[in-house]
Amino acid sequence: MMKGFRISPSVAVVAVLIVLTLLGAWRYDGFLGAYNVQSVLRYNSMFALVALGMCFVIMTGGIDLSVGSVAAFASVVSAYLSPYGLLAGLAGGLCAGLLAGTINALVITRLKIMPFIATLATMLAASGTALLLANNQSVSVSYDTAFTSLGQGDLFSFMRPEWVDAEGAGFLAAILGFILSFPTPAWMALAAYVVGAVVINHTAFGRSVLAVGGGTEASRLMGLSVDRTIFSVYIISGAMAGLAGVILASQFGAGQPIEGIGWELFAIASVVVGGTLLTGGNGSIGGTLAGALLLGIIFTILNFENGMGWISLSAYWQSVVRGLFLFVVVVLQAKLSKRAQA
Amino acid sequence: MFDRAVFSQRYGVAIAAVLLILFNLAFTPNFATSQTVAVNLSQICTIVIVGVGMTLVIATGGIDLSVGSLMAIAGALSPMFFTGELLPMPNLFVAIAVGIVVPILVAGIFGLFNGWLITSFKIQPIIATLVLFIAGRGIAQVSTNGDLQVFKVPEFQAIAIGRVLGVPFQVWIMLVIVAITAFVLHRTVFGKQVLAVGGNEEAARLSGIPVRRIKLLVYMICGACSGVAGLIVIAMNSAADANLIGLGMELDAIAAVVVGGTLLSGGRATIVGTLLGALVIQLVRYTLLANGVPDPAALVVKAGLIVLAVWLQRQEQA
Repeated sequence: MMKGFRISPSVAVVAVLIVLTLLGAWRYDGFLGAYNVQSVLRYNSMFALVALGMCFVIMTGGIDLSVGSVAAFASVVSAYLSPYGLLAGLAGGLCAGLLAGTINALVITRLKIMPFIATLATMLAASGTALLLANNQSVSVSYDTAFTSLGQGDLFSFMRPEWVDAEGAGFLAAILGFILSFPTPAWMALAAYVVGAVVINHTAFGRSVLAVGGGTEASRLMGLSVDRTIFSVYIISGAMAGLAGVILASQFGAGQPIEGIGWELFAIASVVVGGTLLTGGNGSIGGTLAGALLLGIIFTILNFENGMGWISLSAYWQSVVRGLFLFVVVVLQAKLSKRAQA
Repeated sequence: MFDRAVFSQRYGVAIAAVLLILFNLAFTPNFATSQTVAVNLSQICTIVIVGVGMTLVIATGGIDLSVGSLMAIAGALSPMFFTGELLPMPNLFVAIAVGIVVPILVAGIFGLFNGWLITSFKIQPIIATLVLFIAGRGIAQVSTNGDLQVFKVPEFQAIAIGRVLGVPFQVWIMLVIVAITAFVLHRTVFGKQVLAVGGNEEAARLSGIPVRRIKLLVYMICGACSGVAGLIVIAMNSAADANLIGLGMELDAIAAVVVGGTLLSGGRATIVGTLLGALVIQLVRYTLLANGVPDPAALVVKAGLIVLAVWLQRQEQA
């Protein structure tokens, strides 16, 4: 009945993201400048990838706590393989992620152990394996190969024509130049999100992901292969964590076995802020991206606000603000869904 | 009749603990020394104290991810009181008393906040407590500006490193908390109600159990337990570091609870099991370390242990 008045939560989060970005652009010099945009995107693309995998898992009603330490594990593997070239490093990290995802999937579907516990165990195991492999220290990557360009490069900057920088080239040229100077990890994340959105909205697999989240028993009765769907989402989440690990190693020049602490909860927060219910059965890929960027941009805004000199907030405020944000979102969601049921 | 499933469920973790102790007595040099016993017990104190609160929360079918952050809040607050930095104190013992009571109360109030989110808005516990997991450590860091607070107050530090009858005082605290909570859970109306809420919330509501109040209470108790653990951590280190206190504690506590035999879906819980669960995890780690296996490998074994414990639980239910 109230349907006409309901705003989808994922639309709301995109709107908030746009408002915050505009606010930042209006208030701070250089907020939309190439340097700031690049560094924000470069850093947050890792979190965005992990959140995408988490979104798939949560849509089936599951959870994946292992993503952070799997990313750390993958970063170590890819750092070791980086001397053999970009592709070797990329493939190594991806395989490490796939391996962890497969273990999660097997434990959950075969041993019938609830995702929370299964992935908690994988989290410990991946972290232990990463530390063992790396001998308790970070592993430097090779700078002789193109490996570091994965995290540090700007994929399409070579296509950036010079005339976009010319005086009076116009607004469209500025936008073109702006987009072409996106960092490589941002392109990877963007591509993953486009594929993810297409898969969820336009394929049979996507529909079965949502159906399984909506009701395992009902989907089974409908003849969907529940186990295969659940299996796949943990593989996807593992692969995304692996990719994030490759970017981590390549961006910071080292495989880092102790990175990734708390990434899983950050990813869950992104998914929830993006309007996906934790109970599964619905969700928004675009909302998740917006959620991840939103949580990321809060940090940038704090930094710029400090730079203005009006107030001085330590970097620690970002956790408080993020937590507050999550609080507001979950309370609003709870109220909205209560109203929808009424 | 001998029911293998019930037997392994009830005594599995105790048997594992006994076997590990026997193994170490036989093969690990210097195991049966008071030094080794004290080290192993001190390692599990904070995990067990948080685990006790976590057991109650899990018994109602919930979970609390914020325990580590609440430890950080309590740990960061306490020195401000007992060093007299925040407000002047008449004498050291009043200062210490305030420095102990207030942080535990504050942690309990934050726990109450978790319970409020869960009961008033029907938010799943994992998300509701995620709010304070993220914000709580931030609050602790902001209140200390992220700085390390170093102190030297032996009277306060006695709560962790003082000894009574040769046993570290924190072990006594742990044992008292375990004993009281085990009594409350198994012998009082409140305990029965906690289990009833976890077993079947709707049925509990219909039979007149104040579900909302029970849930508020268990999250508050869990918060207060985290506060106690936070104080022990800073007393042991004679420093409070808001960035590190209780980091990863939620996982250690959940692992201890699960290995101890408490059902994650709620309705069945054992406090002594949680103590034994933490002990088994610690003994496995100690056994591996004492026999030359590197610490990270112990993490992998711990992972296997958790999966095994839950898998065994499933076999019994089937």
